[in-house]
Amino acid sequence: MSIDTTRSAMHGPDSYRLGWPVLEVDQVTKIYPSEPPVTALREVSFRVARGELVGIVGPSGSGKTTLLHLMGTLDRPSSGHVKITGFDVKRLSDRELAALRATRIGFVFQQFFLAEHQSVLDNVANGLLYAGVPQAERRARALDALGLVGLAGRPHARPTQLSGGQRQRVAIARALAGKPAIVLADEPTGNLDQATGQAILGLFEELHDLGVTIVVITHDRDIAAHMGRRIEMLDGRITFDSAQQTSRPAPGGPASGYDQP
Amino acid sequence: MTAAETLAVRRLRPADLLRLSTVGLRTRKLRAGLSALGIAIGVAAIVAVLGLSSSASAALLNQISALGTNLLLVENGQTLAGQTVELPPAAPAMIGRIDGVTQVQQTGSVTGNVYLSPLIPAIDTNDIGIDAASLGLLRTVATSVAEGRYLNAATAEEPVCVLGATAAQYLGIDRVYAGERVWLDNMWFYVAGILNPVVPAPDVESIDSSVLVGFPAAEKYLGFDGDPSTIYVRADTSQVGAVYSLLGATAYPENPSEVDVSQPSAALAAQADAQGAFNDLFLGLGAVALLVGAVGVANIMIISVLERRSEIGLRRALGATRGHIRVQFLAEAVLLALVGGAAGVCAGALATAIYASAKHELVVIPALAWGGGLGAAIVIGAVAGLWPALRAARMSPTQALWSM
Repeated sequence: MSIDTTRSAMHGPDSYRLGWPVLEVDQVTKIYPSEPPVTALREVSFRVARGELVGIVGPSGSGKTTLLHLMGTLDRPSSGHVKITGFDVKRLSDRELAALRATRIGFVFQQFFLAEHQSVLDNVANGLLYAGVPQAERRARALDALGLVGLAGRPHARPTQLSGGQRQRVAIARALAGKPAIVLADEPTGNLDQATGQAILGLFEELHDLGVTIVVITHDRDIAAHMGRRIEMLDGRITFDSAQQTSRPAPGGPASGYDQP
Repeated sequence: MTAAETLAVRRLRPADLLRLSTVGLRTRKLRAGLSALGIAIGVAAIVAVLGLSSSASAALLNQISALGTNLLLVENGQTLAGQTVELPPAAPAMIGRIDGVTQVQQTGSVTGNVYLSPLIPAIDTNDIGIDAASLGLLRTVATSVAEGRYLNAATAEEPVCVLGATAAQYLGIDRVYAGERVWLDNMWFYVAGILNPVVPAPDVESIDSSVLVGFPAAEKYLGFDGDPSTIYVRADTSQVGAVYSLLGATAYPENPSEVDVSQPSAALAAQADAQGAFNDLFLGLGAVALLVGAVGVANIMIISVLERRSEIGLRRALGATRGHIRVQFLAEAVLLALVGGAAGVCAGALATAIYASAKHELVVIPALAWGGGLGAAIVIGAVAGLWPALRAARMSPTQALWSM
């Protein structure tokens, strides 16, 4: 079992080796200090290998948004380890975590978060702003990313001139512009009608075919069903992981089952 | 693989920082403009005050240098009983013998009025006076003839006069032609020339509104007693003080305290200083306006930080450090204040230029005014923006993004 590198149009910085997990979540617990303390995640463990398309599904309150914060290095676990391309979040300073996000993680949000006063091209180029890329190169790479989401023809439009589905494509292009190791999508179809949402899911599948590693957080089981791998959550625990239906992967090795249909 | 090797934080490029700092200003133009207005008003007030006082001082200093600091005046004062003291006719000659005196000239006021013709009603005097004047007066008071010629030894004996600049204007005479006459007291005097205005200074200006005749002619035709009323003295620059202290006693030995001795340049310098007294008041008002402007900028930045939570969260997700966020908002506050400051400098300079030109003064805007105005704006922006910027940087990205 190996990753087919010839189909990998997209791959992140060469800071992680082929076959190594892009994301490792190991015995992660997250407790929010309040009265009484809220335990949002309890000893959650899973791995995402390069090129996987993972859906994390659960009802509200199941801990999936907390898990997204931790996977995205926007927050730190109370205990356990989160590793992105081998970097242990626990050992990194805030500044290093920011650099990690700038170079290895792409975010897609339910609300798109596009700057209305900027063109589509510049919105996408903003994805590279904090990676130290000069503006001309940012725009060139943004144009490439727009091509991947099917919007290469409208780089100079304003987000306000676009439909919801197109705006989410722009946001996805922004996440892809830095060729991140992993793309984290939070309810990416939550603000879209069903047909448009389906089209976005289709786009994720196309990107998956190009070798992009994507984790989609959703409350919608139908959406999760589209994903190559499905992780179900309830009350801060993983209740089902389609990759572990057969066997738990050996420590250090790639997660099994991510080549399943 | 060590973290430090591969996870290097990139500093924002200057061009990117500039672009980022304009985001708030471009997206909320009216609000940015209004908050910059406070700074602009304060800076404009300061620049205008400094500019106007510098322009006025420059004009006064020009007057002083045109007049010279070594001109001294001796005038007939008043007795304790209120009667006008007559200076002795010998006073000019005695003053001339003081060590350090280089020139002595005198005028004597002659009673009588001046008319263009005897047909003018007697009441229309135009407040033009008649002065007997010595022959070297023009050089001593630093003026010259605009038209025609001044009195000489021959014309000083005859009914011939020279018009001061203002007197000529009131009489409606701007050229001198052969046979031109004015009606002095009760007879015709021929006009020999018209003077340029004297340097405007206290006690010297009266020459402008006078018609000058020779001492002998005044005595012969106008019933003048020959006593000088003002003696103009030029002293050696290094001995002005010594000469000044001797003038009263020399001019009128019997009663020196009844003689007024003055130094017009000192009066002008005092005038220049007096203008500075109001500067402090207006500068204080400008500073208050700046303070109010600073509060406005701080207020607008705090609102901006609250409104742009999602932008801040997004930037953090895209890889911005707290430092990146901090510097972005700080730069925005500084830019906002700087825009206000630049507008204020322009407005203040314009106000100075218009006012000074209207008064025919030199337009002087000191570097301290515009440099200080811009500098103050930058400092104000930095101070006012610091706390909002720190607050933006402290914002947790998860709260910023998911508490919408």
